[in-house]
Amino acid sequence: MLLQATGISKSFAGVRALNGASLDVKPGEVHALVGENGAGKSTLIKVITGAVTADSGTVEVNGSVIQNHHTRLAKSLGIAAIYQQPALFPDLSVAENIALALETGTVWRKVDWKARTARAKELLDRAGASIDPARPASTLSMPEQQMVEIAKAIGAEARILIMDEPTASLTDVEVERLFRVIDSFRGQGSGVVYISHRLEEVFAIADRITVLRDGETVGTHRRDAVTREEVIHMMVGRDLSAVFPKRAVPIGEIALELRLPGISLHVRRGEILGLAGLVGSGRTELAETIFGLRPADSGEILRDGKVVRIGSPAQAIQCGIGYVPEDRRQHGIVMEMPIVSNVSLASLAAVSSRGLIDGNAERELAGSYIGQLRIKAESAQANAGTLSGGNQQKVALARWLATNPAVLILDEPTQGVDVGSKQEIHKLMVDLAERGLAILMISSELPEILGMSDRIAVMHNGSLRATLSRQEATAQKILALALGQE
Amino acid sequence: MRSGYRREISVALAIGALWIALALLAPGFFTLSNQRDVLMANMPVLITALGMTLIVLTGQIDISVGSVFAICGVTAGLLAKSGLPLIAVIVATVLVGSALGAINGALVAYLQIPSIVVTLASMVALRDGLRWVTEGAWVENLPRTFQWFGLTLRGSEVVTIGVAALLFAGLAWGLRHLAAGRAVYAAGSNEEAAHLAGIDRARVTLWVFAIAGALTGCAALLNAARFNQVPSNSGLGMEMSVIAAVVVGGTSIRGGRGTVAGTLLGVILLGAIGTALTFLGVSAYWEKAIQGGIILAAVSAEAWPMRAQTWGGRLGRSHT
Repeated sequence: MLLQATGISKSFAGVRALNGASLDVKPGEVHALVGENGAGKSTLIKVITGAVTADSGTVEVNGSVIQNHHTRLAKSLGIAAIYQQPALFPDLSVAENIALALETGTVWRKVDWKARTARAKELLDRAGASIDPARPASTLSMPEQQMVEIAKAIGAEARILIMDEPTASLTDVEVERLFRVIDSFRGQGSGVVYISHRLEEVFAIADRITVLRDGETVGTHRRDAVTREEVIHMMVGRDLSAVFPKRAVPIGEIALELRLPGISLHVRRGEILGLAGLVGSGRTELAETIFGLRPADSGEILRDGKVVRIGSPAQAIQCGIGYVPEDRRQHGIVMEMPIVSNVSLASLAAVSSRGLIDGNAERELAGSYIGQLRIKAESAQANAGTLSGGNQQKVALARWLATNPAVLILDEPTQGVDVGSKQEIHKLMVDLAERGLAILMISSELPEILGMSDRIAVMHNGSLRATLSRQEATAQKILALALGQE
Repeated sequence: MRSGYRREISVALAIGALWIALALLAPGFFTLSNQRDVLMANMPVLITALGMTLIVLTGQIDISVGSVFAICGVTAGLLAKSGLPLIAVIVATVLVGSALGAINGALVAYLQIPSIVVTLASMVALRDGLRWVTEGAWVENLPRTFQWFGLTLRGSEVVTIGVAALLFAGLAWGLRHLAAGRAVYAAGSNEEAAHLAGIDRARVTLWVFAIAGALTGCAALLNAARFNQVPSNSGLGMEMSVIAAVVVGGTSIRGGRGTVAGTLLGVILLGAIGTALTFLGVSAYWEKAIQGGIILAAVSAEAWPMRAQTWGGRLGRSHT
């Protein structure tokens, strides 16, 4: 066995990313690794390349267990990884980028520029790319950068090549070329770990397929022993044990309607619309378009049936739209500010007259939401940075509720919050819907999407694939749509 | 917020310690005339530092204040000599200051050039532009109506201190109670979140620079009226003492945290140290070195908990 990872577990800040996952690769095989968002694929790869240290489990290369794994050690063992986002030095030439990865010797060695260029040319030829080695990496297109990464892997004579979504930005022709390169690796007896969301590619190139779910290996099968449907089933197949507090509330008029290229969608008052899709399918971008962060070039947005022009968050707020972003540390909470000021930040106009903040009105506003959302804090004057993740999320939510919006966009509202807060946030969402709010919820968690939504819109590759009703939606269907299978 | 004023308190304690040391070792420091000298010499620094506090709170910096200070001083002198009434001189000088600040601010806000680069360029350009126009000559023989604002020496000092006190109180109040003040803190501590909350970051930056420019103009005016002439090289190296006072006073150089009260304490501490050295018989050459040491200490005190935080944050985030 070329590579054997056994019983790998890893937790980050108390959250289980891997729970006894296993993967093995034989010489001369392409082994596909598939799974939903957050199934633990990336973490498993990072453990194998030494970028992350596992809490438990072993990694064996050629039958011997690796101790004190490290990225440099992985390199010397012939493990090379190509990530979705190429990591090149933008101001250095292609030849230099390749040389930096491959050349050995001291920092004071004399550089043989001719040999560098010649080698870069040869490696790029073998990768099937015609790129001038003298070009700065910053001038390369995404596929070209991908090709340089592959040339680096060829040059390193990788025995184990790991590719994480290598085709995400490639055209069909380039994918063809890439597959030929993978074939040549296979022919030389190297092992390839191939991660992809594109099942058709997985079935075209892989010899075996391993499915990962919730940090565990669900199963490893020969390609000809499973069907796509079975693979999708294995990816989803968890029981929806969590109980969601969703209940039927009266549905009203259309509050928000989108007529954008590739996306036509509406949300009614009282409705929770779940927006599903893989990471990178364009869900957050859509939310940002609605909120004026990246105004649409064409198409229109209607609020309560009227076309509105939203060019900035300030205009979106005026239109009665609220947005709780995904990354609350970066975009949501102002850590150094007291809870009170965090809550009132987007509705300062409402608690002030002629620019003068009415301290009492502000405290009252914040106080009412702290009570309503049951934000647990020492005092309303405590800095938001001192709160737990769940309570920070509630503060972010409170800020937008304070603006009295008609439409609320929630991007991954329960990501990284504890179970208790999660349920409270879900309950709150239903209460808000009952009060007539239109809610657009982006979530990568299928159970949450299925459990909380009245309707479910599925995005793939920047456009809307389908909108399903609560009754007709199943995890299998959503995933198939998100993977572009239907 | 319980720990919110920790920095201000520690600066106040440092001032107290310095005063006790001086009371024991150099009682001459506390004579009325010396205290008056220290006070008056530091008024321009204080008023300019108030504006700098705003800029630093938004996460920016302005190193061109010394040059703006010189231009405003010379402008005030020339206008006064041309026979304009005092009120017109005052208005014009403050306007020139805020216009220069607004230019810096517009370049930072709308072209998104880092403020350190913009103001480095304007520091040099304005300074040399002034030298070229004045050919290094001082503005001399200021009219009697301008010097001391036509009052007695004591009267003009009272006016100067009164103006500084008003500006200080106004800014302290505004930062606390105005929506605009809240926007300054929000934009400084989390630009993205502020943007999402509907705050126009560019406008905040532009205004903050314009207000700081006006304050610099005001400081230059009060300074020019103290003497019979305006040197064309005034304000040289002033950015150092101004930024030092702001940073020592506990305003975070990354923006978002700090108060004008802290800046006042910073000015008092650094101003006292400068004079104290003379009284303690230490060579004046040490002054800058000691000031530098204090700035380093202040910034390190801020950086330590920050480092710990980012490490923690990174660990927590790495899985997403």
